[in-house]
Amino acid sequence: MIAGKDSFSRLLFRTVNATLLIALGVACLLPLLHVIMASFSEPAKTLAYGGFILWPLGKPTLNGYKILLQYKNVWSGYANTLFYIVAQCLITGTLVFVASYVVTRKRLRYRNAMMAFMMFTMLFNGGMIPSYMVVRYLGLLDTYGAMLIPSAIGVFFIIILKTAIQGIPESLEESARIDGASAFTIMFRILLPLTKATFAVILLFVAVGKWNEWFSALIYLPTAKDKYPLQMFMREILIRNNDISNPNEVANNMQTYKTLVKYCAIVASTLPILLIYPFVQKYFVQGVMIGSIKG
Amino acid sequence: MRMKTEKRPAPIGYANAGGLRNLPRNLAVDLRRNAGLYLIMLPILLWFLVFCYAPMFGLGMAFERFTPGKGFFASPWVGLQNFRNFFESIYFLRLIRNTLVLGLLDLAIGFPAPILLALMLNELRSKAFKRTVQTISYLPYFISTVILCGLIVLFVQSGGAISNLLVGFTGGKSVNLLGNGDSFRLVFVLSGVWQFVGYGSIIFMAALSAIDHEQYEAAVIDGAGRWKQLLHVTLPGIMPTVIVLLILKMSSLLSVASDKILLLYSPAIYEKADVIGTYVYRVGIINMDYGYSAAVGLFNSVVATILLLSSNAISRRFSESSLF
Repeated sequence: MIAGKDSFSRLLFRTVNATLLIALGVACLLPLLHVIMASFSEPAKTLAYGGFILWPLGKPTLNGYKILLQYKNVWSGYANTLFYIVAQCLITGTLVFVASYVVTRKRLRYRNAMMAFMMFTMLFNGGMIPSYMVVRYLGLLDTYGAMLIPSAIGVFFIIILKTAIQGIPESLEESARIDGASAFTIMFRILLPLTKATFAVILLFVAVGKWNEWFSALIYLPTAKDKYPLQMFMREILIRNNDISNPNEVANNMQTYKTLVKYCAIVASTLPILLIYPFVQKYFVQGVMIGSIKG
Repeated sequence: MRMKTEKRPAPIGYANAGGLRNLPRNLAVDLRRNAGLYLIMLPILLWFLVFCYAPMFGLGMAFERFTPGKGFFASPWVGLQNFRNFFESIYFLRLIRNTLVLGLLDLAIGFPAPILLALMLNELRSKAFKRTVQTISYLPYFISTVILCGLIVLFVQSGGAISNLLVGFTGGKSVNLLGNGDSFRLVFVLSGVWQFVGYGSIIFMAALSAIDHEQYEAAVIDGAGRWKQLLHVTLPGIMPTVIVLLILKMSSLLSVASDKILLLYSPAIYEKADVIGTYVYRVGIINMDYGYSAAVGLFNSVVATILLLSSNAISRRFSESSLF
């Protein structure tokens, strides 16, 4: 907009506007700050305090983290989640790339039919119960596959990668072919580098989706606790309020310590994401844009 | 080899299509010529067949008294019995009502919030301030659903920071806000706004920056103040984006984040917090009443598809924008 000379009302507006935005920023940061500080506070004082904690209450303590570290499930949850993220990125990345490569080959007569076949699944799907039945009949329940195979492909990813590949000038491929490049060379030396940004966005979405996932573990891993992703254990600790066994008799006062461990668990499972976040923010913003083109 | 393929004249039957009648022959020719491509595509198409289309046909179990032992083909056919049971149960109206209330509340608060934020950010002159607010407002988006719900529980339990804050305004005793149906709804919707407002504003910021600056200059020459500029340049400029996103939002009106509700609700407030998604989970996965829960899910899918198609049609009628 074009700024005129500031009248009084304009100045008032700008002040109110800036104040509200600062308030929003505070509202976004305050809960996170509270959690971090509470995780170092003396638990009894945290419970008694009842407001937003801006500095560690009492003597700063690492007890909560010590208890959390002894809780083996958190470790296995972390390991599983990392495995799921890496495996899913490899599987989904490969399949989406292959699918986008194939449906952008002009010499394929039925490439549009294949695309339609895949895109129809965006309009309508079978829903939770029939999908569960398919996974069950395939014998995938309680396997690592249950967490990876049903989520192996995203139509939306194929659409955006296809759009990106179509944006590459055809002459580039042609000249490579004339120079004797094989299909593999074209895939890995031309298409992949030129769609790097889109590919990064896709992998990022896959990774974040995997990091957050808990519901499919809930229905597809009914008994295999050893394959639970981190979020399922977080659910045990934070929501279901159980599973924090205290091997050290640190406190008779379990309820107090449970709260402390909850805060520590939130920090331990959110900090990695927040630390990576500044480096990947760019791709997220891009992702929203790419999504909106097709939205 | 490949060059040869490219230069070879198209065989008869490829160039002049001839419609469905020639399908087998066209397919055979195409398959032979591009065997490699179709071969690597095969597993992907199979995946879609197994994990997308099989469940669609599996919805037939909504018309059966389905038992996993007998399977899809041998389970006894009961026609519309499952649907009738659902429509006649107390759950039908309650679930529709709860799903709609949560969906509409989210539409009323959660949809305009990012637009408003984008407009407010757009008024800022300091680039650094703007970028800082943006970066901070994206942060909640990166908190996972489970952790978010953990945070909510800690903050709104009796004695939690937010519950206590509320007591400061309204007086009374600090209570667990998730223990009451009405406050549950507010907590659910507002926490969603908190998480998504910053991230949701990205797309509107892009739409705002795409507006041609000359339009503002022209408006100023015509004597438009800030308010008129907003009304006649800014808002029309972002309208197509707003409408497309509104259609998307309308079409997902019934698919409230049921996994979040699953983490937050408790039997005491099923009356107001239970939605179709959570009910399907309870009846289907927990109680293993597969046929019935598939029927409820099918009902949900059909209504959702109708919602999508009709909101798209409405938008095409009254504006230039539509999804398809």
